[in-house]
Amino acid sequence: MTPLLRFDRVALRYGEEQVGTVAVEACSLDVPQGAIVALVGPSGCGKSTLLKLAAGLMLPSSGEARYRGSPILGPRGGVGMAFQNATLLPWRSVLANVLLPLEVSAEHRAAYRADPEPFVARARQLLELTGLAQFAERPPYELSGGMQQRANLCRALVHRPELLLLDEAFGALDTFTREELWQALQDLWLEQGFTAVLVTHDLREAVHLADTVHVMSGRPGRIVQSRRIRTPRPRRLADSFTPEFTAIVHELRDAVALARTGAPA
Amino acid sequence: MSGRTALRLAPWLANLALFLIWEAACRLFAIPEFILPPPSAALAELWRMAGPIWFNAWFTLLTTLAGFALAVVFGLALGVLAGGSRLAYAALQPLLIGFNAIPKVAIVPVLVVWFGIGAVPAVLTAFLISFFPIVVNVATGIATVEPEMRDLMRSLGARPRDVLLKVGLPRAMPLFFASLKVAVTLAFVGSVISETIAGNRGIGYLMLQASSSFRIPLVFAGLIVVAAMGILMYGVFALAERRLTGWAFRGQGGS
Repeated sequence: MTPLLRFDRVALRYGEEQVGTVAVEACSLDVPQGAIVALVGPSGCGKSTLLKLAAGLMLPSSGEARYRGSPILGPRGGVGMAFQNATLLPWRSVLANVLLPLEVSAEHRAAYRADPEPFVARARQLLELTGLAQFAERPPYELSGGMQQRANLCRALVHRPELLLLDEAFGALDTFTREELWQALQDLWLEQGFTAVLVTHDLREAVHLADTVHVMSGRPGRIVQSRRIRTPRPRRLADSFTPEFTAIVHELRDAVALARTGAPA
Repeated sequence: MSGRTALRLAPWLANLALFLIWEAACRLFAIPEFILPPPSAALAELWRMAGPIWFNAWFTLLTTLAGFALAVVFGLALGVLAGGSRLAYAALQPLLIGFNAIPKVAIVPVLVVWFGIGAVPAVLTAFLISFFPIVVNVATGIATVEPEMRDLMRSLGARPRDVLLKVGLPRAMPLFFASLKVAVTLAFVGSVISETIAGNRGIGYLMLQASSSFRIPLVFAGLIVVAAMGILMYGVFALAERRLTGWAFRGQGGS
């Protein structure tokens, strides 16, 4: 079966040919439909670049990025994105923030304008699922950091994207809030069945959420190891304290350390 | 006295204190009225000449606001252009800075040659002096949209216009209103300069006439009127700012 997303020896250089910085090099990666895939690696290894390539925000300098088998030639909709910085717009209510993608998406704007009702209902349902229902009409700056990230997730999912791209989306949160958000993401995934690629520097997060964890090397980034995680779903937080779980985290830690310095930790 | 009333009264008291010190200094050092009149003399003149002052001040207010309105329209347009396109920004920046650096006093005679004496040079000088802060602030607000937000919008297939209307312009609004407060006071400087150099009406013209006949208290009465109009218009835009971009004042006691 064709994977939803396939990178085939993708490379990306910033600046001039030959002299420019190479961000990623010869990256090959498959993301099957419905899977959650995590990218981990030392900082500056081009993890975020891979997300931009997946969204069509950048085009590879060589190699090929394919979506459902056809080459990605630019932004194509059907993608939800969330970053470490929630970037909710302070002049809009939480609900209006969540609805923003529908107002601008090439795919949905006409339908949304013609009849916003079902979309608003959908947004409210997402807020309900993430425990934000009673904050729908509040401005985002009245929410805590964790709540803002939940709203950010809702905004990334409101247009029912096939592919969710998370760039360190939980990176700025404290441990408890972060673990809460893992569960929120898993609940949403169980319910909506999207495909997700998450970039993270938290190995516990990667192992807890992902079906496959890919370890990238330092710049220029390449994938040096891929690890399947077979813990059945739904995964509970308690699963992340088992010896098996810890063993996988340690194995990945060593791989990242090796990728970072070239020597085992 | 509660903190709130103190806050309310503070500006009036500061103003009163200035006038009292000024008055006391004039009397104490016996400064002649044609050099520095005491505020009492200026205020008396303001009262006695209320008719002509009102007539000229009204004219100045109208020319100032006309120039300011032009500045808002052009400032917004240029700000959107410069903020939305790096090419336009690069192209416009030196021109704008150059224009802003030119003393407006030097422009007035040229304007008089083109348009004759009267309202037109005053409107244009007010415009020229006040549009720069508006352009800079609007452009900055639009150009500093978070790259993540840009990526998010682009990934959805948003057009550049959507990014501008949904994100860039709204986030530039607090800066825009802040610049309006500065710009409107500058606009008074522009129109009064023009009236002083080449006017036949307006508070600047009145002051010029008064000073050439050594009626210095009347000059000061005019200055007080200009200052008061500046404060008034600043207040109007400060209020609009609070009303329309209250979200930018979160956590400062406002709503």
